[in-house]
Amino acid sequence: MDNIKLKVSNLQKVFPAANRRERDVVALKDINLEVKESEFVVMVGPSGCGKSTLINIIGGLEDATQGSVQIDGKEVTQPGADRGMVFQGYSLFPWLTVQKNVEFGLKMKKVPKAEREKISREFIRLIGLSGFENALPKQLSGGMKQRVAIARTLANHPEILLMDEPFGALDAQTRVVMQELLARISRETKNTILFITHDIDEAILLADRIYVMSRRPGTIREVLEVKIEGERSHEMLVTPEFLEMKRKIMDMLWQESQDAALDK
Amino acid sequence: MKKKPQRLSYGCLSFLSFCVIIAAWCIATYGGFVNEIFMPSPTDVWNSLTEMARDGSLLENCYISTKRVMVGWFWSAIAALPIGMLMARSKKFSAIIQPIIEFARYLPVVALVPLTILYLGIEENQKYVIIFLGTFFQLVLMVCDTVSSIEKNMINAARTLGANKLQIYTHVIFPAALPGLMDDFRLTIGWAWTYLVVAEMVAAAAGLGYIILKSQRFLATDVIFAGLIMIGIIGLITDFLLRILTRLIVPWHERLGD
Repeated sequence: MDNIKLKVSNLQKVFPAANRRERDVVALKDINLEVKESEFVVMVGPSGCGKSTLINIIGGLEDATQGSVQIDGKEVTQPGADRGMVFQGYSLFPWLTVQKNVEFGLKMKKVPKAEREKISREFIRLIGLSGFENALPKQLSGGMKQRVAIARTLANHPEILLMDEPFGALDAQTRVVMQELLARISRETKNTILFITHDIDEAILLADRIYVMSRRPGTIREVLEVKIEGERSHEMLVTPEFLEMKRKIMDMLWQESQDAALDK
Repeated sequence: MKKKPQRLSYGCLSFLSFCVIIAAWCIATYGGFVNEIFMPSPTDVWNSLTEMARDGSLLENCYISTKRVMVGWFWSAIAALPIGMLMARSKKFSAIIQPIIEFARYLPVVALVPLTILYLGIEENQKYVIIFLGTFFQLVLMVCDTVSSIEKNMINAARTLGANKLQIYTHVIFPAALPGLMDDFRLTIGWAWTYLVVAEMVAAAAGLGYIILKSQRFLATDVIFAGLIMIGIIGLITDFLLRILTRLIVPWHERLGD
């Protein structure tokens, strides 16, 4: 039951100095984390704590200086279809229709056309965009684009979904809608998800477990379980359990931000 | 609905600006303000145009020149595309090739004409090579720049969706860069016309550049004007066709101001 899907051990990332006058920058230090199968893990941390670097390393887009990333016990260093990523920025292929975007990974794997269409239709329905199969990305709103990006990644059947502040560029209302959608998808599809954000509400709303990161050098400061029963929706944002948890994380992050502002 | 009258007025203004130039030309020549040896009247130019059209030399020379431009430019585009793409994507490749390109870019094509004649004679190939040399080095750098500026997230997304290196080139980088590439092509094809005239004025037996040079010897300014007007018209048509082609092959592209 508690299969470990993703295991990150003693990970370190150092950006070497550009010249002799500068010093090396340690972006990540002693990062250990685990994501179990079907678990929704959120990493929350102040900006500049290296969380995007971390998810890029897990995704294989950047190299770690030290340490290892394992998927199902196997070490990975290159990007692969087993780790599907959703980015904050615009990453849809603007020349492809919604359906062709969703089919992209399957097409790369040379899945037959009929099957591709069947799978893509299923995921387009899941994200609530049936009827938009033939629309081009430029005809969609920001929230719709991100829905397509999620469907595109899910259709590829990744072992784990890596999401790098996917809702960061959306307006507050759309963001809540998308969070609820993602909570529903993760419940229905039982996908394993690692999600990064600096938004505490978002973290608590979505997560089974939360890793709180410290600022540079990024380390993991605390791991919290979210034990809030019932459906994950915007209504839980005002429950006492939620607020208590939020206060706890805010205190941690506030100290971090305080240090950051003073540049200690 | 508001857009239509705006577009109309854009066309009107473009047409008007041409009218003003022609009007000025008419006043200067028919009014007798300039010597007709230096500037022929519209009637003279029209007459020489129709005469050349009648004996078939107009169409033939236009055809020869256009073919030279297209062939030379085509090979330069075919060569520049992969090299520019690789330069944008690989630091090593760029380190090897960039200095050579930058060096060659500053060699004036006119200075290369004697060498090309020595090597290739004055046949068609020499014309193609001149146009190739004139556009290739610039185009490589333009392609490199266009490819470098595509959204990195798209490439990263493709990598995490399981695309291999070749698939990233064919399914992501090329289509993503295509709108920018079409602009690069449109610009360099204009330059190709410049180099064509260079090539034809030095050594040729036909072509619009050749006609212009030949007419200079006979003080036939009306024919020079006719040749210049034809080059301009062909340029306008090429540009127009490429714009239409761009709209056809990248209909998904969001242009600023659209």
